[in-house]
Amino acid sequence: MTTADKEQFSCEELVELVTDYLEDKMAPEDRSRFDEHLNWCPPCVEYLRQMRGTLRLAGKLTPKDIPEPAKDGLLHAFRHWKRSAH
Amino acid sequence: MTSVEQAPASERSVGDDVLPRLLAGDEAAFLALVERYHGSMVRVARGFVASEAVAEEVAQEAWVGVLSGLATFEGRSSLKSWIFRIVTNCAKTRGQRERRSVPISALAQEETSGGPSVEPERFFDSSHPRWAGNWSVPPERWAEERLVSIETIEVVSRAIDELPPVQKQVISLRDVEGLTAEEACELLGISEANQRVLLHRARSRVRSAVEQYMKAGNLS
Repeated sequence: MTTADKEQFSCEELVELVTDYLEDKMAPEDRSRFDEHLNWCPPCVEYLRQMRGTLRLAGKLTPKDIPEPAKDGLLHAFRHWKRSAH
Repeated sequence: MTSVEQAPASERSVGDDVLPRLLAGDEAAFLALVERYHGSMVRVARGFVASEAVAEEVAQEAWVGVLSGLATFEGRSSLKSWIFRIVTNCAKTRGQRERRSVPISALAQEETSGGPSVEPERFFDSSHPRWAGNWSVPPERWAEERLVSIETIEVVSRAIDELPPVQKQVISLRDVEGLTAEEACELLGISEANQRVLLHRARSRVRSAVEQYMKAGNLS
């Protein structure tokens, strides 16, 4: 094992750094080590892809059904606002 | 500099014309806006108040606040961040009135500590001569077509609902609604570093839920 190898992140360390990586909050040398790790580690590439997939899925959350009484109440409020504003 | 990654805004915007339509009294535009944001508003409110029912009330109260402020909304921030400012303000006021004992900052602190993002059993332990800390049970590739399915989105939705309150707030504001880290920190009154740790924990848990779902599906 060379000195350079020792400085590399393990996979277990890398999974804790994914958000720092995606948020671009890593020191440049750590970011290089992260990228370096990805070069030889397909499972971590997949892990990173899954974390990206997860945040994209969150961005697609379908609207929650609004309880019918709440909806009626809000429409009532809207009509009231409309009358007073127009 | 790479930019911070988030879902494309087009997937969640309600359309640029929504404001003039609202001001013109368009009910359909109002209902579309409510349906678009109400779920996240309840999730965010929930962290400040004692129950789901109160969070629902707070979100409704916030909509009334949105309507009464609409005529004077100057568009200095996006409509979305303005709406989330209103709901967090309503929720904080309500939380204070109820004298909720644990403030968000303390909850946030508590939620930043906790277990690893991935179970330690999935890595070779430190005794391994060559692969210590590397995957022993690596993640399996997710099928692209299942990533876009309604069922998978439902799994994500349920996983988010089960998160601890502040993690739920952070992931709702950041990943569901696409607000910036700065906006999320300001709304919740937490530090940037805490926000990032909470976002990481939340995303890791949700990823894990999707992974379990994918695995179960692959077996059948």
